[in-house]
Amino acid sequence: MKYIGKKVILMAATLIVVSFLVFLSFFVMSGDPATSMLGTQATPDRVEALREEMGLNDSFFTQYFRWAGSFLKGDMGISYSYRIPVESMIADKIPVTLALTGIAFLMLIVLAIPLGIYIAKYAGGIADRVIYVLNQIMMAIPPFFAGILITFLFGRIFKLFTPGGYVSYKDNFGQFIGYMFFPALAIALPKIAMAVKLLRSSVIGEVKKDYVRTAFSRGNRSNQVFYNHILKNALIPVITFLGMTLADMVAGSIIIEQVFGIPGLGRILLTSISNRDYPVVEAIIICMAFIVVSINFIVDIIYQLIDPRISTEE
Amino acid sequence: MTEIQNLLLEVKNLNIEFHDHLLPETVVYDFDLSVEEGEIIGIVGESGSGKSMTALAIAGLLSRHDMEKRGQILYDGTDLLTCPRSQLRRLQGKEIGMVFQEPMTSLNPVKRIGWQVEESLRIHTQMTKEERKKTAIRLLESVELTDAEKIYKLYPHELSGGMRQRVMIAAAIACEPKILIADEPTTALDVTIQAQIIKLLKKINEEKRTAILFISHDLSLVSRLCEKVVVMQGGYIVETGSTEDIFMHPKEEYTKKLIAAIPKCEKKQG
Repeated sequence: MKYIGKKVILMAATLIVVSFLVFLSFFVMSGDPATSMLGTQATPDRVEALREEMGLNDSFFTQYFRWAGSFLKGDMGISYSYRIPVESMIADKIPVTLALTGIAFLMLIVLAIPLGIYIAKYAGGIADRVIYVLNQIMMAIPPFFAGILITFLFGRIFKLFTPGGYVSYKDNFGQFIGYMFFPALAIALPKIAMAVKLLRSSVIGEVKKDYVRTAFSRGNRSNQVFYNHILKNALIPVITFLGMTLADMVAGSIIIEQVFGIPGLGRILLTSISNRDYPVVEAIIICMAFIVVSINFIVDIIYQLIDPRISTEE
Repeated sequence: MTEIQNLLLEVKNLNIEFHDHLLPETVVYDFDLSVEEGEIIGIVGESGSGKSMTALAIAGLLSRHDMEKRGQILYDGTDLLTCPRSQLRRLQGKEIGMVFQEPMTSLNPVKRIGWQVEESLRIHTQMTKEERKKTAIRLLESVELTDAEKIYKLYPHELSGGMRQRVMIAAAIACEPKILIADEPTTALDVTIQAQIIKLLKKINEEKRTAILFISHDLSLVSRLCEKVVVMQGGYIVETGSTEDIFMHPKEEYTKKLIAAIPKCEKKQG
């Protein structure tokens, strides 16, 4: 429990630091939101009045605490370009991005771990060699390009989905998940390749260890040695990798959303950055940071469950 | 060779050859050994003398494809070198227990001590979970670990090297094997612990009539524990005999040198 408490405090601290840095970076960036809202033709008086109204003339810390305070209460501010509350803009986009990364991560686990186990057990065989080549190719293809290839292959040639035919989760949840499948695959593919490779080499490293010989000396079958002894040890580095890669996948979803025309956080993020719509950008970054931090928290817990050498409750 | 009815294990003409380089390399030549019930036999020799290879071969743990083994290792009529793996597995851990040199790495780091001590019981017996736990705790007590109940639930990294080696021994004798092969079990431990482990092995031998094959480079330890000694060098058996004979009247030059190399003061590490 103490361990979890520590992690929660660390999570909160991380989010505070992220929020501070995000706010700071927009504070020092050039460009005046008031001017951009009113247009360059506006009189200096009107700009000044608006600046005063928006609180832009206050000191940095006053602005930061006012923003952070209302953020905590669920008020993320007003979008500069759309003049509507930020939370109403992103509320229905968060589940989309979350679903996309979630499905991609699920694919990663469901495909990479059994595949890694399989080729590690039959290392040197034909499957191992074929997957080695496929792995190299998959790792070399960036997700956005994999997305284009998948759209072409599965969308155009095999007609398994309609490119651009996004269905909102509110309209038809089944079709929504169905549409998410291929974008998620594009995000997951390079990660699957890496995880398979990592698990394979991790297993091969473990096989040589002394405890494996001990296990054989007790009369275990090869399969028992593998599943009872080697696998848990070999998964430790893979879990570390999965945790790290998740942050990457959240970021990767921004690009993939563009490729597949998915109205998730990524799309508003990009338009908001080019519009200098700071409240929206800030809110999205905090949301993403929150997702990443929460996932890391879960990974940490799993990590602790699997490896007793990680500092425990005492 | 006098009491044939008690013969447990007979190694005849064992040759082990590696093929992992351009030229095949023989690491054990024409090794012969017979182990009778309750005997403690020491195999001594310097590093590279082939003693560990012999031990691993007897335990059925040399299964690399790039090596060739010739000769016979007969256990109860079964040739361990040629019998199917399933038959070998039935002996491993049940009839033949093995303790290794490195207590720090020979236990699985992510499994609890109790689980590992019970493992051969789980494989070779029909005991229920409760019976296994009871046996495991009794085993941990029998290797003189205090607070066995607590140790049962710990992980290897929470124990010292000496404690881990005791755990290894407890696990190896769980099924009351007829032969315990101890491959340099004390090399990684400090001298006080060494002496305790030797005493423990002796106790196991006396209580259960377990034959022990004690592999070591340390003649002074062997002289304290073993009745019979096999001296090896460069893959060959140099000399075999009772411990007393070997120590009092060594015939071979190499044996004499080994004896001369024992530090005079027992407190020093050999």
